[in-house]
Amino acid sequence: MGYVVETIDLRAYYMLRRGSVKAVDGVNLKIGEREIVGVVGESGCGKSTLSRVLALDFIPPLKLVGGKIIIDGEDVTSIPISEARKRIAGTKISLIPQSAMNAIIPVTRVKDYIADVVKEKTGLPREKIVDMARKRFEEIGLPPIALDMYPFELSGGMRQRVLIALATLLNPSLLIADEPTSALDVSTQKMVLTTLYNVFKMGLTKSIMFITHDIATVRQIATRIVVMYAGKIVEDGPTEDLIHNPFHPYSKALMFSILTPEPEVRKRVEQTGGIAGEPPSLINPPPGCRFHPRCPYAMDVCRREEPPMIEVEKGRFVACWLYAKK
Amino acid sequence: MSTILEVKNLAKIYEIGYIRKRQIVAVDKVSFSVKKGEIISLVGESGSGKTTTARMILRLIKPTSGVIKFMGRDIWRDLRGGSDLRWYWRNVNGVFQDPFSSFNPTHRIRDFMYRAFNLFNEKLDRDTKERLVREALQMVGLIPDEVLNRRPFELSGGMRQRVMIARIFLIRPMLVIADEPTSMIDATLRLGILRLFSKLREEIGTTIMFITHDMGLAYYISDRIMVMYRGKIIEEGTPDEIVNNPKHEYTRNLLDSIPKLYTSWFK
Ligand SMILES: Nc1ncnc2c1ncn2[C@@H]1O[C@H](COP(=O)(O)OP(=O)(O)OP(=O)(O)O)[C@@H](O)[C@H]1O
Ligand SMILES: Nc1ncnc2c1ncn2[C@@H]1O[C@H](COP(=O)(O)OP(=O)(O)OP(=O)(O)O)[C@@H](O)[C@H]1O
Ligand code: SF4
Ligand SMILES: [Mg+2]
Ligand SMILES: [Mg+2]
Repeated sequence: MGYVVETIDLRAYYMLRRGSVKAVDGVNLKIGEREIVGVVGESGCGKSTLSRVLALDFIPPLKLVGGKIIIDGEDVTSIPISEARKRIAGTKISLIPQSAMNAIIPVTRVKDYIADVVKEKTGLPREKIVDMARKRFEEIGLPPIALDMYPFELSGGMRQRVLIALATLLNPSLLIADEPTSALDVSTQKMVLTTLYNVFKMGLTKSIMFITHDIATVRQIATRIVVMYAGKIVEDGPTEDLIHNPFHPYSKALMFSILTPEPEVRKRVEQTGGIAGEPPSLINPPPGCRFHPRCPYAMDVCRREEPPMIEVEKGRFVACWLYAKK
Repeated sequence: MSTILEVKNLAKIYEIGYIRKRQIVAVDKVSFSVKKGEIISLVGESGSGKTTTARMILRLIKPTSGVIKFMGRDIWRDLRGGSDLRWYWRNVNGVFQDPFSSFNPTHRIRDFMYRAFNLFNEKLDRDTKERLVREALQMVGLIPDEVLNRRPFELSGGMRQRVMIARIFLIRPMLVIADEPTSMIDATLRLGILRLFSKLREEIGTTIMFITHDMGLAYYISDRIMVMYRGKIIEEGTPDEIVNNPKHEYTRNLLDSIPKLYTSWFK
């Protein structure tokens, strides 16, 4: 089975005068067909940057510094970016950026907005695009009348679902949704989540990458979870395994700090403490393991050398010296 | 245990629009009481009236009708003049929802923290103040030297929230109203900070009212939860009563739509 996207030692930094922000720093990630990959981690760990990089959306000061991105078998980092963007936009990788909901131009009707966006990518005639959109709206349970409305007339949940319809209109290989539910009330969140799940089940996109800081939300639909810390992936594994038995000390801390109204959580929370300190600066990250200043298990080697990513069990990857033989 | 706060038929109606006036009933005849040392949560979705309730209790906005009594005194009738208000805010203080609006943008964090001492009766010397401020910042995981000279816009939302919480630990009031106090604080830090509130209760018997849309947080921290919906309190009970046996349909729907960590809707 091929991968819809594969990154090899991917590095993308924000080049600032006072130094470079190493927001994506040595990321190895493979997303296969028919996967929903949840990317989780705290504010500022590089989730949105990773999504921009995969969509080849390099707006200065963001710069590709190293590594490769292979999309549907093709190394898109070896061809000029503008050319690569043309090849992937909409059909291979489709991104719904964080806060996209607020960015839709308020004075254009939904159908004109969709027509503009898709025409620019494909050159298809407007009528054709609006027809496609109408069909897609019906398929995913959106009232087609929404096409004739203005964005401000739609509720937040509806707007987010319109964006999902738009992003999957050309049946991409990978839909990337960056915090698609975070700005919504809980009852609306569930609706948007259901739409995402349906889009996947109906095959309107081969795979989904769902970015969020909210693990309880993403675990509802994700087949696999990737945990990021300070610009790096620290753990990657099947959802149920990772939720019930996280390996990496940071994943553990993160999982144990989640508060949901479940008796298990209340019991657990009473026993475990949070962890001290804060995520490090990405301009001058700590040497070795970036989690070492906060890690209760830190050893000498952790302060000196970066831990390699090891497959500890089938499909379960961890970057931590506790699991690597040294 | 004795009652510290009593709220009776509290209502707030906003009038909006100049020409054609429209009324918004933000809080609709709410009554409840809180015992000394209790941790209580007011939970509800966006727009249900939580912040409006909090601001009336903090004596920041005037109720349209109803009574709020703190330690037996009607806070809108019996408190007059500067010294009464200082007494009130020394004893009842809050962490506000929008951590930006509660700071003066030109003040440095040090100024903001020092202003808390205006509420104190005792006169403290500069060294004592500086020491207390630094201790409070450290409690919430901030490094004093890194934040004291910064201005609010130079801090992240989560850091500003922590500064506000530090200010509460400086004042050590009898009743804390904490309105979404940790909404911008990262998960791995949040638990530790929530525990500080419990510690305050253990040490000096502080009563705490959490205001949040986060049922998970309320479930974990509270002795009692009140559910607010469209300006009214529709249900109250212990966390387990609310979560395991919700009476009101709205509460049931709310609980159904909260994603759980250990189960999935779709699998
Ligand atoms: N345009 C930019 N210029 C400079 N630095 C940036 C820029 N955008 C993001 N950063 C920095 O890059 C790092 C990663 O940011 P990113 O937005 O990818 O994080 P995130 O994981 O998506 O966080 P959040 O959960 O808050 O959305 C952060 O330190 C951030 O401050
Ligand atoms: N200053 C104001 N003028 C007019 N209406 C207001 C004002 N403040 C609040 N409201 C309205 O009162 C209602 C209750 O608002 P409130 O802020 O108390 O809700 P909340 O429960 O705190 O919501 P959130 O979870 O979003 O913070 C809302 O309909 C709101 O629009
Ligand atoms: S490598 Fe060392 S510091 Fe890093 S998480 Fe593992 S034990 Fe902790
Ligand atoms: Mg982001
Ligand atoms: Mg509020």
